Amino acid sequence: MNLFHLFRRSSAPVARERLQILLAHERIARSQPDLLGVLREEILAVISRHVPFDPEKVRIEVDRGKSVSTLAVDIEIPNSEQISGIAPPYTPLKVDSGADEYGPAMDQKVA
Amino acid sequence: MSEEKQARVLVVTSGKGGVGKTTSTAALGAALAHEGDNVVVIDFDVGLRNLDLVLGAERRVVFDLINVIHGVAKLQQALIRDKRVENLHLLAASQTRDKDALTEEGVAKVIAELRPKFDWIICDSPAGIERGATLAMRHADAAIIVTNPEVSSVRDADRIIGLLDSKTEKAEKGERVDKHLLITRFDPWRASRGEMLAIDDVLEILSVPLLGIIPESEEVLRASNVGSPVTLNSAQSAPAKAYFDAVRRLKGEQIPMNVHSESRGFLNKLFGRKAAA
Repeated sequence: MNLFHLFRRSSAPVARERLQILLAHERIARSQPDLLGVLREEILAVISRHVPFDPEKVRIEVDRGKSVSTLAVDIEIPNSEQISGIAPPYTPLKVDSGADEYGPAMDQKVA
Repeated sequence: MSEEKQARVLVVTSGKGGVGKTTSTAALGAALAHEGDNVVVIDFDVGLRNLDLVLGAERRVVFDLINVIHGVAKLQQALIRDKRVENLHLLAASQTRDKDALTEEGVAKVIAELRPKFDWIICDSPAGIERGATLAMRHADAAIIVTNPEVSSVRDADRIIGLLDSKTEKAEKGERVDKHLLITRFDPWRASRGEMLAIDDVLEILSVPLLGIIPESEEVLRASNVGSPVTLNSAQSAPAKAYFDAVRRLKGEQIPMNVHSESRGFLNKLFGRKAAA
């Protein structure tokens, strides 16, 4: 039995590490409620201004890490022939410089 | 000059259920009373009262906290005096399913009425972060945060610490509620083998001063089976000694932080050390 224990990795350091990361984020979240919700709404609002998409086909993933966190927004944008049935109605993509200023928001880090 | 007492109000809280709030409330209350202080323990778990059962007073509850709040009974009629330690009193929770029965004004009135009569008022909080839990901590001068060395319980303790810093009367006045951490169900053997969060891990994560370490022990269940706080039922047991130490720290004494242990078998000790090395 004890030989078995010698080879088994101890789990307490894992528990400590997970708690430290989780609580660091939860403490920040308490002071600024629903940052993720705000980011999601604003990012989607910006994109829907230029491209129509089905809100059901949006996947948002967060990975909270110790020093860096990532926020991934995955939006399925239909090709032009499928677009007709989807609200909001299709508006042609504007290719003006205004689109650029929203670009970096996609990589925004939730620290 | 008549000396008016002003009780210290303690809340025993945790967020997570089943970590030992009620057991600890009973054990600490009985230990304080045993040392000569005048103590009242209040069950705030409306609908799911259990402090009466752990104290062995379940058949003596006539009136409860809600009755007092609603003016059905006088406070003196609702206080149940312990049969073993005469300066320990219980104010039971009601079994009503009406969650709104507990009002903020009502609780304030009861606490104000109890303050001059006792040395300690210990509020046993329900689990969760709802009304019952926030009302239990509302008037606290100090909080005892009960946690097990386990991830979900530590996380919930952190949440409760946030509430203590924002939702209490003291916090709203810009003062601080004294916070004390009580780690229960600790198994030094498992911790030494890296199978359980160590005391230092929990302290580092929560940054709350340690009040005591209650070792995992059969004596705790045995005491609740017979309806007697472990500090009265087996005062020489490891958990009882740990609760008595905690009480002395609450009263300001400096006591070295020992993990009281029940003697393990010789073989267990031998192999336990080897595995931890």
